[in-house]
Amino acid sequence: MEEKRIKIALTGKPNSGKSSLFNHLTGLNQKIGNFPGVTVDKRIGACQLDDSTQAEIIDLPGIYSLYPRTLDEKVVTEIFSDQKNNLYPDKVVLIADATNLKNCLLLLTQLMDLKIPTIVALNMMDLAAKSGLSIDVKKLSASLDMPVVMINARNGHGMYELKNKLAAPLKASSKSVFQIEEEIKPVVAKIKDRFHLATDYEAYHFLQQTENLIFLPQSERDYIKATAKEHQFFPHKYQGAETIMRYGFIQELLNKAIVKPSHKDWKRVSHGIDSVLTHKVFGYVIFFSVLFLIFQSIFAWAQIPMDFIDTSFAQLSNLLSRELPEGPFFELLSQGIVPGIGGIVIFIPQIAILFAFIAILEETGYMARVVFLMDKFMRQFGLNGKSVVPLMSGMACAIPAIMATRTIDNWKDRLITIFVTPFMSCSARLPVFTILVALIIPDTKLFGFFNYQGLVLMGLYLLGFFAAIFSALALKFIIKTTERSFLIMELPTYRMPKWSNVGYTIVEKTKTFVFEAGKVILAVSVILWVLASYGPIDEMNSAKKIVNEETAILNLSEGEIQNRIAAYKLEHSYAGKLGKTIEPLIKPLGFDWKIGIALVSSFAAREVFVSTIATIYSIGRTDDQPTVKQRLRQEINPETGGPRYTPPVGMSLLVFYTFAMQCMSTLAVVKRETKGWKWPLIQLLYMTGLAYLSALIVFQVMS
Amino acid sequence: MAKNVAEMIPGETAVIEGFSDEQIGLKLLEMGLLPGTAIRFNFSAPFGDPICVSVSDVDLSLRKEEAATISILN
Repeated sequence: MEEKRIKIALTGKPNSGKSSLFNHLTGLNQKIGNFPGVTVDKRIGACQLDDSTQAEIIDLPGIYSLYPRTLDEKVVTEIFSDQKNNLYPDKVVLIADATNLKNCLLLLTQLMDLKIPTIVALNMMDLAAKSGLSIDVKKLSASLDMPVVMINARNGHGMYELKNKLAAPLKASSKSVFQIEEEIKPVVAKIKDRFHLATDYEAYHFLQQTENLIFLPQSERDYIKATAKEHQFFPHKYQGAETIMRYGFIQELLNKAIVKPSHKDWKRVSHGIDSVLTHKVFGYVIFFSVLFLIFQSIFAWAQIPMDFIDTSFAQLSNLLSRELPEGPFFELLSQGIVPGIGGIVIFIPQIAILFAFIAILEETGYMARVVFLMDKFMRQFGLNGKSVVPLMSGMACAIPAIMATRTIDNWKDRLITIFVTPFMSCSARLPVFTILVALIIPDTKLFGFFNYQGLVLMGLYLLGFFAAIFSALALKFIIKTTERSFLIMELPTYRMPKWSNVGYTIVEKTKTFVFEAGKVILAVSVILWVLASYGPIDEMNSAKKIVNEETAILNLSEGEIQNRIAAYKLEHSYAGKLGKTIEPLIKPLGFDWKIGIALVSSFAAREVFVSTIATIYSIGRTDDQPTVKQRLRQEINPETGGPRYTPPVGMSLLVFYTFAMQCMSTLAVVKRETKGWKWPLIQLLYMTGLAYLSALIVFQVMS
Repeated sequence: MAKNVAEMIPGETAVIEGFSDEQIGLKLLEMGLLPGTAIRFNFSAPFGDPICVSVSDVDLSLRKEEAATISILN
């Protein structure tokens, strides 16, 4: 028997259980990507409807109507208004929240007028029943002239019937809801003819949202605009009338199909929870506790798996170095590629933990309250209530934090959040901070109580935070947008999270990171490794000889000689040459070429500063902090004869590391989230420029 | 001068009369805020902005400037 393949789109308003239904229908047969040209998550999955029909299911972003305002919503409108779009569905499942049928049906009536074959999946019937509401499904189905299936997206009830209905032939509803006004019939007919459209409503939509018809060439869009103007078609005027007409139909329908009206107070529990969670005092106390818990877990709990990954990859790399034959290719494999992959895998625990929390916050409905609480404060800085979670997570790691900005649906707010998040002091800066602070700040107490070193460390975190919010403020005035920022958002009823959805989110985000940002990270880390391990051949080959000659009289142990050879090699590698080349540039900041090499290698990850410094000063071991500190203290600046790491140099370095964009993994994620190299490059220049200037000022003023 | 939603106090109920901002008005219509429906002011965020209202069993959050564009009868 021949197998039929059909395309089915899931649509409906946000929080109606769309993702759960999608997960039930497709299980793990999901592909995650972006819609073409935009960073809006696209989820497609396969589902066997019956023996002879296979469906490709696409999960569309949640919308209330076909009039879009955000990027997410535009994607949906685009698909429904372009029959040639390769995502244009054969059938649509509109998932409706039975507790709140009224505003789920607006979109449905629009789909009816587009004559798209649709099935209504009536979700949350159990909750509706609890609220004292009962729906006459037969009457609803008859009035709409389309199948209505009751489902429970949380436990999967009703899937069998839904699949059956989807496999059977399905006609579009014969009802039309919206009657186009007499005065605009001629212009609608004109557009319908010109573009060979199937329905009047489609033609009307062409007139309504000409700007969103990006599948048409500009000349065609200009034609539509000119025609609209000529016939005095004013989009907003008709859109308002249309919405009111649709709600008229919906109200009539509900009067027929809903048997008992809901209890007025069934949301009492939800409102009760709200009075605590959005309380003047408790609201913030609870919110900051939640944030602290998230922060703590990314910071501390992730450390255990991260250490494990770190050691495993180091061991694998050593094992390969030992076992594989010598030669540049095997060296590249064991010391370049394997640690490079390790550098990607190491972020997985943090990403998984952050997204587990975010999914739980979204699923329970708490995220909407976070936005509600923080919106006023964040808005003053050009940010959004939803920017709080990324910014806070940025204190652990900017990578999952930037990925988390997808919850912000206003593009400008999201871009600003992405741009400033790397200023938040991440955990990779901490090893650099602690070693430098310990080096230059005396371990004494202010008023016998506050430890100076602790104060300086806290100051650095605050410095990063202020850099973030003031940069956001500046961007608020620089970036121009026509998209207005709204906070018209539903506050969903509180409910328990569905754990399998949390699981899907974790898998999805981790996969995205590994396969998309991972490529860039791997490439750059291999390049950096090559730069640090190779140099002009004769210089590298003579390393052993020269070091042996130099140290012949010192009577050093084998280990110490090895350390010196490593230092010599790094000094004469391409990275070393790069460090020397930039010396004139960084000299005004108080840095020498050795620090220059550390700056270059920090680009792989900031904490590499410590191990580079250890190599260059022939220390060998980095886990032994007092030794590193001791050695740095002894380092002499040949020009002054005094120590190299004076307080001005140390402060200058600290400020530099607070501001500078020295993380290619972050850049790779920003590139992915902003769809191009423009923003990551601006970010790199801006942050590094700010770092340079601030370090310059600090050094010059202090010395 | 007609009253607007931003001027309501917690617990107050009123009837929506119309919208003064076309773009926001269209969005609100879609969310089910039709002229003639009842709107209840539930509570505001700690610094008085945004606010939470209920319209036919749906809880919505609105910024004050958005709420100010909804005129009411009461």
